[in-house]
Amino acid sequence: MRNPQLNKHGELTHLISTEGLSRDILQHILDTAQTFVPLAERDVKKVPLLRGKSVFNLFFENSTRTRTTFEIAATRLSADVFNLNINVSSAAKGETLLDTIANLSAMQADIFVVRHESSGAPYLIARHVSPDVHVINAGDGRHAHPTQALLDMYTIRHFKKSFSNLTVAIVGDVLHSRVARSNIHALTTLGVAEVRAIAPLTLLPSGLAEMGVKTYTDMAQGLKDVDVIIMLRLQNERMRGALLPSSHEYFKHFGLTQEKLAYAKPDALVMHPGPMNRGVEIESAVADGPQSVILNQVTFGIAVRMAVMSIVAGASS
Amino acid sequence: MRLHLKNARLIDPAASVDRVTDIWMAGGRVASIDHAPDAFTADRVLDVAGKVVMPGLVDLSAQLREPGFEYRATLESELRAAMAGGITSLVLPPDTDPPLDEPGLVEMLKHRARQLDQVNIYPLGAMTVGLKGETITEMAELTEAGCVGFAQADRPVSDTRVLLRAMQYAKSFGYTLWLRPLDPWLARSGVAASGAYASRLGLPGVPQQSETIALHTLFELQRAVGVGLHICRVSSAGGLALIQQAKAEGLPVTCDVSINHAHLTDVDIGYYDTHYRLDPPLRGQRDREALRMGLAQGTIDALCSDHTPVDDDGKQLPFAEAEAGATGLELLLSLAVKWALEDKVPLLDALARVTQGPARVLALSAPAMPPIGGLSVGSPADFCVVDLDAYWTVDRQSLLSQSQHTPFLGMELPAKVLATGVRGRIIWESAR
Repeated sequence: MRNPQLNKHGELTHLISTEGLSRDILQHILDTAQTFVPLAERDVKKVPLLRGKSVFNLFFENSTRTRTTFEIAATRLSADVFNLNINVSSAAKGETLLDTIANLSAMQADIFVVRHESSGAPYLIARHVSPDVHVINAGDGRHAHPTQALLDMYTIRHFKKSFSNLTVAIVGDVLHSRVARSNIHALTTLGVAEVRAIAPLTLLPSGLAEMGVKTYTDMAQGLKDVDVIIMLRLQNERMRGALLPSSHEYFKHFGLTQEKLAYAKPDALVMHPGPMNRGVEIESAVADGPQSVILNQVTFGIAVRMAVMSIVAGASS
Repeated sequence: MRLHLKNARLIDPAASVDRVTDIWMAGGRVASIDHAPDAFTADRVLDVAGKVVMPGLVDLSAQLREPGFEYRATLESELRAAMAGGITSLVLPPDTDPPLDEPGLVEMLKHRARQLDQVNIYPLGAMTVGLKGETITEMAELTEAGCVGFAQADRPVSDTRVLLRAMQYAKSFGYTLWLRPLDPWLARSGVAASGAYASRLGLPGVPQQSETIALHTLFELQRAVGVGLHICRVSSAGGLALIQQAKAEGLPVTCDVSINHAHLTDVDIGYYDTHYRLDPPLRGQRDREALRMGLAQGTIDALCSDHTPVDDDGKQLPFAEAEAGATGLELLLSLAVKWALEDKVPLLDALARVTQGPARVLALSAPAMPPIGGLSVGSPADFCVVDLDAYWTVDRQSLLSQSQHTPFLGMELPAKVLATGVRGRIIWESAR
């Protein structure tokens, strides 16, 4: 079965998951992003690569921040951007996902940026749009958040130059995290030495070993000598349903404090996809400390999203 | 109708018969084999040289969606599909709308089927009122109305005391319970088998323990009560091992597996193909191999279609939101033959799992019912004529069911049903 993200020439036509993409494609996205980074420093922050193209932001699940970064990225590429907050419009009136897509396709969209609460929804959309329309996944259920993973990779490459000798720890709610899954695939494809996941067993999905991940339930062991720490957001609703007893106990054992950070290498990077819960998964001294690259991630995120949009839009139909 | 089938290759697993012969049918029964009965004038003579005549298939689970879900399927559309699949007897689970928890509903269903006068239908009554798992139904009344056993479909009883009482009550009358082994808490909100594949896809998982824990509970209560149990849709190697132990121990247990689970695994889901959204979910390769082995050895008594018509709207959704189920009536025979060819299972054994095996399950559950599933002299003349060497492609044109959603869409399968007969009367013939 052909990877639905690639066209018959093997070019990236949709970005739905980092899984199954070659190292070359990932590197190409990062290299392209690098050319967009200096743009932010210029007076005129626009390039005309997507002039005349229409980008539709379809957010079936609310997220102001991610939507805004896509909006900025598309605007800097000179595209016309339309934001649709589906959550409060058609879906609430009972329109099916495919009807919504058919309607918006009739408005001559070129790129759909989709966030959906159901894992796999962007594949369904990609199967039903015409061949010259591109789908970019901005997060689907627990499955994937590929632009977040790519901006994480960009950040790691920026500071560490190479992936080959790195040990990366992902800490927190891996079970529900699309960021974790996309990062795991990207990191293993780019050839890091080791990927670790650290969390209580209630937050670790089965089958991580098959994905090339070593699991730990103890921060002291899991963080030992790591080069990069990717913290995950812990949502409040996880305190219900017998996954965790309290945020207090979680922070005590799995929250990233300066004390626990000391287990990692002295130059370890601290990353977080945001929005952060200070005092739940990370303490402020670490989040705002010298090893934190959390705000760099945000800046690079725009360049990475510009790169992804320009690459998929350039793929032949 | 007096029927003479000439030059047939008669395959009858119940009698261990596989040979070329002539068969005569009259008065709805098999009148004679090998020698023409005295003074027999056939209304119709069919020369079936090179073709197989076998007992009509007995399918232990097919949802026909009537009453309540006629937009998905009707008795007419699905019984046609059954006939095209060579099926002459169908067991219907009780999860219609309303569920089959009152004698009147069962009588109406039987009446509708009698009017159509085609395939034999055997409804299962709801074990609890509204399938809610709270109050047991009038099992004796429902049996008088035509129910052959009692079931909860895919709604397991979470209150163990209700389960125990249902077993005790059923045992008092000698009824059998047809239950899916499913721990409702562990299975809750899961849409794929727990494991590496579900984790990668980010789909909530159903652990194997949801099946094994439920089986432990069922067998432990059964040991105390002694009621007959038919375990529906075993899906895991662990579950099968427990059933094997229970049988070895002498508990009155039978079980079935669906065509989907005998052939597919979770990785077939691919990129969220909703045709593979099934209940129970597809498990791993080790599970599938164990199920096929159990089927070959007879630990699993029957292969069933688990026919569950779903309309297009129910499938064109993100995987987790899509409705579970697949059409299967027209695939049952072909998938039994495919399994036999792939695993080199003797044809008589393979066909027994869709004829004699399920017929025996029914006979244990409803002892008063006239025996079916064989083609000896005196048996009901329920049969099908099959071209074992022909291949056909599963596509939307070839399927008669109102739902054409099946994981096997586009596949080429062996064995084509040419004709189906019930009570000595041909009720369906293929176009060519």
